Amino acid sequence: MSEPTATALTAGSLLVAAVATVAVGAYGVRLSRTTSDFLVASRAVGARWNAAAISGEYLSAASFLGVAGLIAKYGADALWYPVGFTAGYLGLLLFVSAPLRRTGAYTVPDFAEFRLGSARLRKVAMIVVVTVCIFYLIPQYQGAGIALKALLGVPVWIGPVAVGGIVIVNVVGGGMRSITFVQAFQYWLKLTAVAVPALALLMHFGHEHPQLGGPLPPTVDQQTVVAVETDVVVTVADPAGVTVSGPTYDGSLPGAGQYTLPAGTTLTLAAGSRTPVVAGAPASGSEWIKSGGGLGGKHPLYQVFSIMVATFLGAMGLPHVLVRFYTNRDGRAARRTALSVITLLSLFYLFPVLLGVFARLYVPQLLITGKADAAVLLLPSAAIGGLPGELLGALVAAGAIAAFLATSSGLLVSIAGALSTDVLRGRVRDFRMVALIAGLIPIPLSVVAPVLELSRGVGLAFAVAASTLCPLLVLGIWWRGLTAAGAIAGLVLGALASGVAILVATTGWVDDDVLGGWLTTLIGYPAAVTVPLAFATMVVVSRLTKGDVPPDVARIFARMHVPERLGMGVERVPRG
Amino acid sequence: MTRPGRPQRERVVLAHRRGTRVVHTRVEVQEQTEVGDALVRGLVRAQLGLALRLAAVVAGGMAALPLLNAVFPELSAATIFGVRLNWLTLVVLVYPALYGVGRLFIRLAEQGERDFMGVVDDDSPPR
Repeated sequence: MSEPTATALTAGSLLVAAVATVAVGAYGVRLSRTTSDFLVASRAVGARWNAAAISGEYLSAASFLGVAGLIAKYGADALWYPVGFTAGYLGLLLFVSAPLRRTGAYTVPDFAEFRLGSARLRKVAMIVVVTVCIFYLIPQYQGAGIALKALLGVPVWIGPVAVGGIVIVNVVGGGMRSITFVQAFQYWLKLTAVAVPALALLMHFGHEHPQLGGPLPPTVDQQTVVAVETDVVVTVADPAGVTVSGPTYDGSLPGAGQYTLPAGTTLTLAAGSRTPVVAGAPASGSEWIKSGGGLGGKHPLYQVFSIMVATFLGAMGLPHVLVRFYTNRDGRAARRTALSVITLLSLFYLFPVLLGVFARLYVPQLLITGKADAAVLLLPSAAIGGLPGELLGALVAAGAIAAFLATSSGLLVSIAGALSTDVLRGRVRDFRMVALIAGLIPIPLSVVAPVLELSRGVGLAFAVAASTLCPLLVLGIWWRGLTAAGAIAGLVLGALASGVAILVATTGWVDDDVLGGWLTTLIGYPAAVTVPLAFATMVVVSRLTKGDVPPDVARIFARMHVPERLGMGVERVPRG
Repeated sequence: MTRPGRPQRERVVLAHRRGTRVVHTRVEVQEQTEVGDALVRGLVRAQLGLALRLAAVVAGGMAALPLLNAVFPELSAATIFGVRLNWLTLVVLVYPALYGVGRLFIRLAEQGERDFMGVVDDDSPPR
């Protein structure tokens, strides 16, 4: 992508997407006056608008880029990510949406205080909210850096600065009211940006019809040079046509097998040669197309189940998603919003799956370094030559930037909402100040933090959300026996267990073979253990502190579950 | 509560009684008297039971997929219209199923709420 026209087209489309985002946001800014506008868009968002906004916000870079990358790399078992990301909204619909809206709270910590009447629990919940949001914000900023680097060749720090800047402008300007329009607009932009290239490639594919499930790795159809930037272990199934130049090997490889390629190595693949594949990922097409291979590492069946737990329950614990349900008019609209989100996500996820399949066919060289996140960005111009390919590439780039912007702005509103009402006095001025600071802090963090694959990184943030806020909400809404002490214990233990797992997983301190590989697998996919742990802790500690059940729990339950028509609802507002 | 055949006369009588009855039962719920609390408990239990039953169906179905694949790998290798069954299931079939369950839940949950309001208000006949 170093041709000048392609770069100019891409830069132009990125600029258009960014300007459109700020312009749409500015439209909302004119409507935003009160604190309620900034926190919950004055609770006047209709179900369809809200569903588009939630989908726009939820389809982060992990969905837009990461899902296709994972499917290109790991095949059938990676399909569980999009399924889980969608099924999470069914969980939200069944257990959370309407009662959550009927509490009349304005942030998740406010829900905690409403339900259990404890200022200390509110503080703990606030810290968890801010932590989850920052865990989620960092991969977004990093993704922006990687994408801009791959597209335009600029240094990695440009992406976080650009995305951070635009998001701060919109959130500081108009808060929730403003980003509702932005996110709804970005859902449709992303859908277009992923659907048009996928359908174009589908026609191309139907024309040529290459084989997918064959016994051998994919081939490159023209001579390809790949530079290795970080050490990588690859599986070579067929060394014919593969030449290496670097510190350890020089010339052609002696035979099939596993090779460690240190940074600085350059691989040259002759036209028609079989692509080496990063170790741990299925090399042959027949392995790739089969279910049950997992996502690298051992114990694939456990991995799949843990992904299910994290994604099915994680959506119920994502603060930026939950807070959007407060913007609906009533519980009925909240339920309809959740159902519409399922429709919009189902429509969207068809296309990243297609792009993942095509990426394996047309840009298999990305499998060598394992950096498959760039697949969607590089695919159109690699598969379809000339101007059409470049135009499609520019469209995808615009969609990617929309993904970073939409999710980041939702996260920033959540952080600003929680901090400004819990630490400061919750005036518009406080919201704006917190949004500015909280938007700036992750920028340097995203540059220094280790980079995970987008979907893996976001998957881990899901694991934290599912192990903390999900049990708080589900038990809080349905179980009268919950106490503040139980909720705090569960939040703290769930956050610690999943947080430590993430820390160890990203630093890679644990050897892969300890305890038959179980330790690495548990740390890499912690949800199946940490979620039941958090639920159990909340229940057990609540039982032990039975006397602390709030005395007015009956009234609170009536308010959460009785339809609004009875007139029991009260809309809570910050004290400031 | 409708008695076909004598609609006219009923309505006149109820119109007077209804005002007091509405206030009476509503207040029971709002003030959390024993009767009101029992009504709310019934509503919560019904809605939770509904949500749990549907969630169990979905979770069971989803969990069965990788297990079935582990036990009968040849099943997921079957192809329909040239697409393997495991891909067809996870890429296409799962999504309408999720939507269908969601829709069913909304219908039944709102039915439950209407029934509850019917008991509380007595003037909204169960539809």
